[in-house]
Order: sequence, then C-alpha cells, then structure tokens
Amino acid sequence: MNPAYPDTFLFAIFPYVALAVCAIESLRRYYAQPFTYSSLSSQFLENQYHFWGIVPFHFGLMAVLAGHLAAFFVPRTLLLWNSVPARLYLLEATGFIFALLALIGLTNLIVRRITEPALRVVTTPMDWVVLALLAGQISLGAYIALFRPWGSSWFAASLTPYLWSLLKLSPDLSYVATMPLTVKLHITGAFALAGLLPFTRLVHLLVMPLPYLWRRPQVVRWTGPRRIQGASL
Amino acid sequence: MDVRSQISMVFHLDKCIGCHTCSIACKNIWTDRGGTEYMWWNNVETKPGTGYPTRWEDQESYRGGWEVKDGELRLKSMSKARSLTDLFHHPSQPALDEYYEPWTYDYQNLFNAPEGDDQPTARPVSMVTGRHTEIKAGPNWDDDLGGSPVYAANDPNFSNLNDEQRAQLFAVERLAMFYFPRICNHCLNPGCVAACPSGALHKRGEDGIVLLDQTRCRGWRACVPACPYKKTFYNWKTGKSEKCILCFPRVETGQAPACFHSCVGRIRYLGVLLYDADKLELTASLPDEELIEAHRDMILDPNDPAVIAAARRNGIHDSVMESARKSPVYQFVKVWKIALPPHIEYRTLPMLFYVPPLSPVLSSKSEGVIKNETETLFHEVDNARAPLAYLARLFGAGHAAKVRYALKKELAVRLHRRALEVGDLDRAAADRALLEADCTAQEAEAIYKLTALCTFDDRFVIPPSHREMAIEMLEDPQERKQAAGFGFLAGPRRGA
Ligand code: SF4
Repeated sequence: MNPAYPDTFLFAIFPYVALAVCAIESLRRYYAQPFTYSSLSSQFLENQYHFWGIVPFHFGLMAVLAGHLAAFFVPRTLLLWNSVPARLYLLEATGFIFALLALIGLTNLIVRRITEPALRVVTTPMDWVVLALLAGQISLGAYIALFRPWGSSWFAASLTPYLWSLLKLSPDLSYVATMPLTVKLHITGAFALAGLLPFTRLVHLLVMPLPYLWRRPQVVRWTGPRRIQGASL
Repeated sequence: MDVRSQISMVFHLDKCIGCHTCSIACKNIWTDRGGTEYMWWNNVETKPGTGYPTRWEDQESYRGGWEVKDGELRLKSMSKARSLTDLFHHPSQPALDEYYEPWTYDYQNLFNAPEGDDQPTARPVSMVTGRHTEIKAGPNWDDDLGGSPVYAANDPNFSNLNDEQRAQLFAVERLAMFYFPRICNHCLNPGCVAACPSGALHKRGEDGIVLLDQTRCRGWRACVPACPYKKTFYNWKTGKSEKCILCFPRVETGQAPACFHSCVGRIRYLGVLLYDADKLELTASLPDEELIEAHRDMILDPNDPAVIAAARRNGIHDSVMESARKSPVYQFVKVWKIALPPHIEYRTLPMLFYVPPLSPVLSSKSEGVIKNETETLFHEVDNARAPLAYLARLFGAGHAAKVRYALKKELAVRLHRRALEVGDLDRAAADRALLEADCTAQEAEAIYKLTALCTFDDRFVIPPSHREMAIEMLEDPQERKQAAGFGFLAGPRRGA
C-alpha cells in the first residue's frame, strides 16, 4: 500500500529533518554560544508557587519518558507484561497519573508566568512556544493513556519497529499508517519538540550534571603551565 | 606538605566607620548590570543586625556551609544524590524577597509632569518589573541600628546570650554597635565550589581566588544556599550565578581590589598566605573549638626553609614568596593572632580575617544619672558594651577564648600608646596590660604602626605584578606558539 502523502512527509521526512536540526544546532550552540546553554530558573523571582509547578512537571515527565524508553528498548518485556489485562491497565493508569502530574505542574507554571509581573520580564516568545507544545504533547499522551488503553502495547509492537526502521534509514510507514490521529499527532509533536529543542531553554536537558556524582568536592584550576600532578585537590 | 599560595585579607573592625564607600566602589565596577542590581558583592552590615540577605547567618534555614555527620565532612545543603533531584527547585535557595527588590526613581517625572497644583514627585520604580513599586526593604535597612527592635532583635548571633545581655544591647545608655563589612572570603574549603553540579565554580590554583566560570554555569543555583556567607548571587536575567572576583584584573596588575583601594577607614589589608593543602580535610572536620587553632596551623611560615623548599617544588614563584614574607595578613593572623575568621564553624575555612572591635566603656543608669561602670580609661574586655559572648558567636565559633585574647591585645596596645603619648597612664599599668595580653612593647609598636600609621604599600602587598605572570593567570602564553600568526585568534588553517 502506498502511504498517503502527508504520512510520507510526517513520518518519513520530518523526523530526519527534526533530528538533524536537533543534532547540528545543539552542537553549534554548545560550541559557539556556550553562555546560553542553560535554562533560566525563575525560582529567585517567585518562590511560592515555583515548587508546585516545577517539581510535579519534571518528575511526572521524567517518569513518562522512562516508560517510553522502556517500550523502545525492551518491547518484548513490555508486551509480555501487558499480556495480562490487569497489568496493562495498571501500566496505563500509572502512565496516566504521571502524565497528569506533569500536566498539573505545567499548568501551574503557565499560570504563574502569566500572573507574576516579575516573571513576564524574563519570559521570551520562545518560552511560550515551548510551554504550548509541551502542554499539547502531554495532554495528547494523557488522552491516549486514558482512551486508547492499548497505547503501551501499540508502542512496543508497532512504534518501536517503526522507530528502529527510521534509525536504519529505511522508514517503514506501514506501522504508523493505521494509527489513530491522536497517536500520529503525538509522534509528530515529539519530533517537533526534538527539532525545536536546541533553539529553546530545553537545552538544559543536554547538560545534566551527572559527572557531579563522582567528582571530588573541590575544584582547582591551574591556569599557568603546571603543576603537581595527582595532588589532593 | 602541599604548599599553596592564597591571597588573603584582614578587615580591622575597630577602624571601620560604616561609610559604605567600599560597597559603592564595587557596585560601580561590577554590579550595575541588568539582573545584578540587587547584588552587593561587598556590603556593610551594622551588628547587631539581621544583615543581607536577611538573617544570612541562620544556617538552619539557609543550610550553608559544611557539617560533620557520622565522622564525615559534608555539605549541609544537600547530599550528592539530592543534588540531582533538587536541580529544579532548590529547597533553601533565597529568593529576591530575602534580599530586597532593587529600585530607581522616576526622575523624568520631575521634568515632564504637566503643570499642576502639586510638586511633581519621583516615584520609586522597580528595577525588576519596571513598574512603580513600594519600597519595603533595602540592602542595609537596619543601618546604624535603625529599627533595631524589629531587625537587630532577630540577629541569629543572640543565640547564646542571656536575657540581661540581650537587654543591654537595646538600652540606650548601654547599647553597642559596630560595622561588619563583608565580601567573599575566598575560602580554602568553599561550599559553593563543592556544591556546583557543573564544575563552574573553582579555586584558582595560583592565588586561591574563587571564581565562577560563566560559560560552564548552567544556573542550577546550588552555590547560593551552599555558601554560608551568601556571597554567591543568582543573576535572574542571565540565569547564571555571579560572585566577588576579588577584582582579579586589578590584582593581576598590582592594584588593590576596588573596595580595598577606596576604603575610607583604611581598615583593609591584603597579602599572601601560604598554606598546607594536605591538611584541608582534616582541619575542616575538627570540633568547633579546635577550628581556629587548626586553621591557623595550616598557614605556613614563609621564612621556614622547609616551607621555602616545598613551595619551590610546587612552582610558587620566588617573588610570591617575597611578598608572603611581607604580608600584613600574616602578621595579623599568625604572628599577633588578633585577626580571626568569621563564623569558622561553617567550616569553609575563610581566608578573610577580622580584627574584632573594641567598644566604649559600659555605663549604667541609676536614678536618672548615667555613669561609667569602670574606673579605668578604657573598657574592660569582659565587661564591654558589645558582650564578649556576642563577638564569640561571630569570630570564635561560640568560644570566647580567642576573641578575648585578641581584644586584650588590642586594648594593651592602646594603653601602651596612651602611656607613651599622653602620659596620664602610668607605665607600670601599661606594662602590666601588655604582659597580661601576651604582648611585648615591640609587638605593640608594630601593631600600632600597621594599624594606625600604615601606608598604601603597607596595607596591600600584592604578589607579582609582573605582566608575564599576570597573563599566565588567564591563559598560557605558549598556547598559540607555533600555531597562529600575528592577529589571529584561531589557527590560520584552511580546512579541506
Ligand atoms: S569603605 Fe572602609 S571604612 Fe567605609 S564602610 Fe567600607 S570598610 Fe568600612
């Protein structure tokens, strides 16, 4: 079957464009504009509602993303788990709860940004684009978890092969062609976010400070040509 | 022995007149940009008082510095694991309200207001939102004890004062105050550096100045709560943190930092101290009462041949050694022992030391008559207006011995000079005071000279100002050798 044109564009061309833009611009910005490579925390300007927005948002989203990654990397395990309906519902419900958590957090963040005059000063138009995209994307995800309770199995059975086919540079659209519109939108939204990522404050995701976990407490920089190697600091 | 050189400082609190010139000099150079208006890398507080940011010394809420738990030295603010989960919202980060909302005035209105019956006014305008604002607080809102029943009464250092001592501080005929100018202490065991998840904060190996790499900073803000002195600040406009840089571009060219240079009371001294970095962790883990002594023990004698040899092995330049030998800081801290680290119980091992202030004679009021409580010309150390217990909180980790020692010596120097200059005090009394203060007449003279008659060059002994050394602090002069020609910043490579 010959996939319809919009599908070809959205699922065979756009992902490559988005990922290429993401990779190239992320690197360019990292090396050319290192100063800009972070988020812009507003906890300092508004510390009362910040917690109720930022924390549920981040932890909700991280849990949901972890679920997506699991379906991508261990699809078989996931399908096996889902073979018992009760377990499928448990998984979907968990996903939905975390999505809801993220959504509540995001809503708080948006409301906070609108109502706090100090925050409007530090908000760029791109921030609004990001917030809107994230809101749409998470809402779609939550909707799928709630009303298309086969979502996680679909992901493991169809989307994972599709994504792998993308990676192997021979996109197989038959996997996505029959998906409901909401799922298609969700996929496109994900690639759109990836393509946009390096142009936004979302770059902070790429510089998560993991090395801190094994670093020595003190950091000393010698700028001259030198000096004692392997010293205690 | 791992010898390091550290640019260190002494602030002589007996000389500070609280003029804030230092703060203004700093602000004009470094923090007049957007997002930094609220920052005072140098600020002057009135003590007793709540300080800037409000109650910064209350580590139960700000959680700055280090603590020893289960025999292990660790940051009070968070464990390593928590540092990742708290990236998004830091539970003890101070917000703008803990400092103050910076403002300017709508001066144009004075010129542009339409003609009317009333004088036009310049209303305050927030430098954050750009809107009209109500001024509620400022960086030195309780200056000179202004509003002390509200502000000074909340000073965290009152914790070990009894009710009588507290009352004493608020009775007009007995009250005491002094100024407490503060900058970054460029600590040996900085909490900010240890807390920075991105490794942006670092100590400069050559001179120990603590700097924050703006391009490596990702704005996680962990440094702000982790510094117990609240001397790292979050720039809300750039999303990066900033801090006092000890005017390193000035220091590298042989000039004193701006706040030092402009200090009207000439209270500030700057010079090199050598220290043994091997002792760092052990020292910072000791019990409170041993900290001051151990910290002092880390500081090495620049005349000791063993130290000189070890310093040479570590690549410390002879000219740095030379200035270490002339360092006024070494005299105050190590030889005379009258300069003490502030709040060493925070365990960051600060390298800015304070000579504690003497205070006026204590008086009391009975039947409407105010009279001095002491017979002598000057006050007694243990019966001073600023209670020793209060000063001990600030400069003795809660223990009075070291503070008493410093104050006694300062007092003995006064008595000694009084006997010499004015002669209304008999020599024997002065000598007795010197003896009690563990001070010789020679030492008293030296202290007097460096305190009262010091010139610019006595106060600031800045290590090598030769340019070839200065440039090495920032970049390796060999870096582009054999790689780039004149005028090129990148190597003149043509590519494929
Ligand atoms: S300029 Fe000197 S005397 Fe004036 S407030 Fe600052 S430290 Fe004190």
